Amino acid sequence: MATLNMVQAVNLALREEMERDDRVLILGEDVGQDGGVFRVTEGLLDRFGKGRVVDTPLAESAIVGTAIGLSLYGLRPVVEIQFLGFIYAAFDQIFAHAARYRNRSRGRYTCPLVIRAPYGSGIKAPELHEESSEAFFCHMPGIKVVVPSGPHAAKGLLLSAIRDPDPVLFLEPTRLYRLIREEVPEGEYTIPIGKARVARQGDDVTVIAWGSMLERVMKALEPFNAEIIDLLTLSPFDSETVLGSVEKTGRVLIVHEAPRTCGFGAELAATIAEEAMLSLRAPVLRVAGPDVPVPLARLVDYYLPDAARITAAVEELLRY
Amino acid sequence: MPTTILETFSVSRLDILNPEGDCDEELLPPLSKEEIVRLYELLVLSRAFDERALSLQREGRIGTYPSIRGQEAAQVGSAYALQPADWIFPSFRETGVHLTMGYPLASLFQYWAGDERGLVCPEGLNILPVSVSVGTHLLHAVGAAMGARYRNESIVMAAYFGDGATSKGDFHEAFNFAGVYRLPVVFICQNNQWAISVPRGRQTAAQTLAQKALAYGFDGIQVDGNDVFAVYRATRDAVDRARGGGGPTFIECFTYRMSHHTTSDDADRYRSREEVEEWKSKDPILRLERFMEKRGLAGEAARREIGQRTRTAIDEAVRAAERMPPPERRDLYRSVYAECTPRLAQAMEGGGNGDA
Ligand SMILES: Cc1ncc(C[n+]2csc(CCOP(=O)(O)OP(=O)(O)O)c2C)c(N)n1
Ligand SMILES: [Mg+2]
Repeated sequence: MATLNMVQAVNLALREEMERDDRVLILGEDVGQDGGVFRVTEGLLDRFGKGRVVDTPLAESAIVGTAIGLSLYGLRPVVEIQFLGFIYAAFDQIFAHAARYRNRSRGRYTCPLVIRAPYGSGIKAPELHEESSEAFFCHMPGIKVVVPSGPHAAKGLLLSAIRDPDPVLFLEPTRLYRLIREEVPEGEYTIPIGKARVARQGDDVTVIAWGSMLERVMKALEPFNAEIIDLLTLSPFDSETVLGSVEKTGRVLIVHEAPRTCGFGAELAATIAEEAMLSLRAPVLRVAGPDVPVPLARLVDYYLPDAARITAAVEELLRY
Repeated sequence: MPTTILETFSVSRLDILNPEGDCDEELLPPLSKEEIVRLYELLVLSRAFDERALSLQREGRIGTYPSIRGQEAAQVGSAYALQPADWIFPSFRETGVHLTMGYPLASLFQYWAGDERGLVCPEGLNILPVSVSVGTHLLHAVGAAMGARYRNESIVMAAYFGDGATSKGDFHEAFNFAGVYRLPVVFICQNNQWAISVPRGRQTAAQTLAQKALAYGFDGIQVDGNDVFAVYRATRDAVDRARGGGGPTFIECFTYRMSHHTTSDDADRYRSREEVEEWKSKDPILRLERFMEKRGLAGEAARREIGQRTRTAIDEAVRAAERMPPPERRDLYRSVYAECTPRLAQAMEGGGNGDA
């Protein structure tokens, strides 16, 4: 079995699925000749040709809108938005159409497409290259939102996303792209959308994270008896795994890098309050990004939740 | 019924100074000797700044940086035609525009080192912060132009962008509004032939970018973007027209991105070295040097002095930028709203439910 980083794992998933299913094609800015600015689509143009790996003009709305048309026609487009911070021009297409064709046509027309987008902070890139706006898309009925936390999860989830009958936003944490290497099997394996993973068993506190924050949480909380949940899918999220763990530990910390207000942690906290209130021994806490635009490099270390803030929050919970 | 021709279009291109340094006397704009030498100095400064920025990036002293090499004439020539009171809406690859308008060099270094304070435009100038989201800022220039007209102020808006930006919906919406309302905007496109790895020919099926303006009811012209006189002249004409109530103009500066897209890019993956070599002979600075030699302007000694002055200015700017105290944690919060919200104020003081 090969040891791969996340870039290579996503690449492998794309390659295998394109070999298996000729309905799958790729569109995006710089995805062909250049292999993507992070090299995620490297080699795919040579293997599958210009008809299936399409370098597009610079227009996010057109990329997503075209993917909608392709998917309506029965194809399985996987499009890349170069950075999540540039997806907003396509918001209308996602919200008004991709998310609603099925419902609007009562199932007659559907949009089985995948939008891949590198996202998240911590790579010291220019403005708008480090956004973490996953919550916007969790607020859109009709779209699924998936966030792998490592190479193995990335491949299995991407295969599920491509095969999913509905539109999926697949967010790839840039900080992890080359940070973690894992054994990634070749060939068929999928990780179901909507299922969380217990990344570490524990008893004292439940810590929920996703994407690049999972890696931080795992490291920071080694000395604790914490149960760490890797959410993997934000929409629809796995409430069973979350609530089961909360019932066991009675304490919850949610960690995300997006701004705290209306971040996805708010939905988790509300669900826990509604459905597991009587199991709680402490208030639900969040460690999140502050309610400010993601700063440039000189300030970014103050922005991202770090080990000190994560452990301080866990210690606070344990005092209850 | 026969078909009738309703409109015919033609697209023109302006060339004044060729790579050998020879020029079309009739088209040469009326610039004094001092002004020509000043243009030369600004070109040299732009290139030297760019080279220093690239080496600072390699040393890890600044972050990702987009080189302007090859595009100096398009930037200097166009900005030189603007008044200090005019407003500029730049994209992220406009160092030469900033320098021509007198934007502090140290601020530019500070910005590229990842410090937002470098985008604070000094009083007396109106250069908006760089727009990283490609093409989106063209609409802001259009709105500002509407404002200037509303107030009866003869301010012209200059919007800068690349060939890739012409594919964005916002580009078309901005052109449409500007045309409908005949607004005082000059749209300045640096067609540097590449949008990261996508060549101009894959960005649009149209033969020129300039012709796109025609569909929106105003003039578009292509100019040799490596010819500082042609760029200056076209921009002067466009600015005069805008100021005189004649509406918008689109200028396509036909130039070339000599370097990688940014310091994070590797252009060898998608374009040939021969293509780059070919453009070297069209260098914008070299041809002005040749022109000046033929005219006996700024001889070798004068040019050496310009080079020296430029290096000193850059050295000082780098020192000043690196001497600035780093931003503080509290700066994260200070400028989000006019007045800090209660929650932000709490977070700023280090309190609040786990916030930074
Ligand atoms: C809306 C948006 N999409 C994608 C990007 C990523 N990106 C940055 S520059 C660039 C190419 C821009 O090409 P062009 O407009 O020709 O300007 P140039 O870089 O050549 O100066 C891309 C795709 C972005 N910054 N904004
Ligand atoms: Mg370009």
